[in-house]
Amino acid sequence: MSRIKEKFNELKLRKEKALVSYIMVGYPNDNATLSSVKGIVKGGADIIELGFPFSDPIADGPIIQKASTGSLNNKTKIEKFFKLVKKIRKQTNIPLILMTYTNILYKQGYQQFIKRAKNAGIDGLILPDMSIEESKNYLNAAKSQKMDTIFLVSPNTKKDRLNKIANASSGFLYMVAVFGTTGVQTKIHQYTIDALKSTKRSVGQKIPVGVGFGISTERDVKKYASIGADAIIVGSANIKIMENTPSSKLEKKICSFTKKLKNQTK
Amino acid sequence: MKIGIPKDGRFGDFGGKYIPETLAPAIEELEKKYMKIRNDKAFKKELKKFLIDYAGRPTPLYFAKNLTKRSGGAKIYLKREDLLHGGAHKINNTLGQALLAKKMGKKRIIAETGAGQHGVATAMACACLGLEAEIYMGYVDTERQKQNVFRMELLGAKVHSVKSGSQTLKDAINEAMRDWITNVESTYYLLGSAVGPHPYPLMVRDFQSVIGNEIKKQMKKIPNTVIACVGGGSNAIGTFYPLIETKAEIIGIEAGGKGLNTLQHSAPLSAGTKGVLHGMMTYLMQDKQGQIQETHSISAGLDYPGVGPEHSYLKDEKRVKYKAITDDEVIDAFLLLTRVEGIIPALESAHAIAYAVKIAKKMKKSESIVVTLSGRGDKDINIVQEYLKKNVKDKRKI
Ligand SMILES: Cc1ncc(COP(=O)(O)O)c(C=O)c1O
Repeated sequence: MSRIKEKFNELKLRKEKALVSYIMVGYPNDNATLSSVKGIVKGGADIIELGFPFSDPIADGPIIQKASTGSLNNKTKIEKFFKLVKKIRKQTNIPLILMTYTNILYKQGYQQFIKRAKNAGIDGLILPDMSIEESKNYLNAAKSQKMDTIFLVSPNTKKDRLNKIANASSGFLYMVAVFGTTGVQTKIHQYTIDALKSTKRSVGQKIPVGVGFGISTERDVKKYASIGADAIIVGSANIKIMENTPSSKLEKKICSFTKKLKNQTK
Repeated sequence: MKIGIPKDGRFGDFGGKYIPETLAPAIEELEKKYMKIRNDKAFKKELKKFLIDYAGRPTPLYFAKNLTKRSGGAKIYLKREDLLHGGAHKINNTLGQALLAKKMGKKRIIAETGAGQHGVATAMACACLGLEAEIYMGYVDTERQKQNVFRMELLGAKVHSVKSGSQTLKDAINEAMRDWITNVESTYYLLGSAVGPHPYPLMVRDFQSVIGNEIKKQMKKIPNTVIACVGGGSNAIGTFYPLIETKAEIIGIEAGGKGLNTLQHSAPLSAGTKGVLHGMMTYLMQDKQGQIQETHSISAGLDYPGVGPEHSYLKDEKRVKYKAITDDEVIDAFLLLTRVEGIIPALESAHAIAYAVKIAKKMKKSESIVVTLSGRGDKDINIVQEYLKKNVKDKRKI
């Protein structure tokens, strides 16, 4: 069974929802990545999502765009990333998801990239520009490596399409909370609540549903947990903390932020 | 060879729809509406009327006698898209898409622009059809094409200067896509070249094919050679597509910048590799890690690391040859055409002129070359002036 699936089973028994914490690797610097991971694990997050930078992140808002550019300026490379993942994997058994864009995988070859990612300790992949129509080769490569493929759905995804996407997904299904890019939103829209409920209804027990994009506060996490999200993903908020915290205090600060969010999922 | 409508949105391996899921319903709706309307007689008639009365079609095919004499070989004909309203071929596409958007009930139009020509053409079509226009333009481009920014604003469009990434055309497309993701219900994204996810490459080819279709009618016999410049590839595909099934030799000219060996160019077909960007699989300028590289061209309209997927297909199928022309050669061609014919070409179009002059001398006098002169060069005179100031040493006579 995959680490991600195991985690969701375990959480179900504990009657908890998953907190998924996102960071961009290599931003603001390499040390910050390691300290943040430590803080996230200590704070009790259930899954870590590692962003790998792409030069043209069309699904991302200003905060993650800036982090991508920063990470690339810090010379983040695939080889270095896999080394880092191996290091993290030695320290913890937490499920690790890689989020990046299709071209990063395509350029190395889906099969080759996914094999290396699996070897390093990555459990699942998120590619926001990989549509279900274009996913055949990607899916075959992932299946052969037992890599989870986490596809995104949106509040405007129609039911038949939703089912197709859910069938191609493993680990969990990622519902984008907003019409928009990643970032920090000030409120939860009614349309998001409705969409989450209907997505849950359509998908049933087949696969857990996570929700992300724009979620940054304890109040948001609590709300989504209460209306049926199986996982809540927080990203840009972590990056803002990382930008504003001196390195000596980073682990502690991320840990306490993670703890607060995690408490809302219990 | 025959191409027709790309199956599953693909030209061989190229094209497709690599898009965030939020855009999937919008792309699906666009595809459905467009595939229906593209054969609709009333729509075609309405568009044709705008193209004639508003844009100024058909454009002349001009026999460039002096240029031919100077080159000393094949006859050179210029397809005068520079004479269209707005000064470039872009209006062929913006009128088509804006009319489609209107039929789809969309009131807010967004677009990206590089040189500003597509932005201007979008602003014009929107003013004419009563639509709201917002244009994304890289900060670097707003600086080097200032006049076009003001033109767009005069035409009632809102211009957003994009400060992310390389601050040029690719980043303007990124930002327009982000806007579309955010305002997907209300907004129509009017893409300016034969790029992006299906059905855009097909749609833009359809609207620009008026160029090649007119050439076919205007030339008494099929020309030996046809040449057009390739940025995203819209004026080129519009020129080439109607001639694909003929015997004509077809050549697309990319921006060679400071030379193909320098990395300071925008020639993905000549020097790039396959990849995925802006919703499509195509040839790209990228590094070994799959990061998109910064490009360079003296012409903002060609300064793009990707290219329309149909061109990638035509290259691999060897139906079209793709060559590159450097900035220096472009300036020479710009000055030459201006001097001998009294036509100031856009720097984009001057790439095609430069190549035509190069090969004309190797061809017979009885043979013919048609060059698509995609736009006029008024927007570029400051750039040329600066270039000449900087390069006084090489004593190019003005
Ligand atoms: C005059 C002119 N020619 C050519 C181009 C390049 O675009 P495309 O390759 O889509 O024709 C531009 C783009 O701005 C342009 O303004």
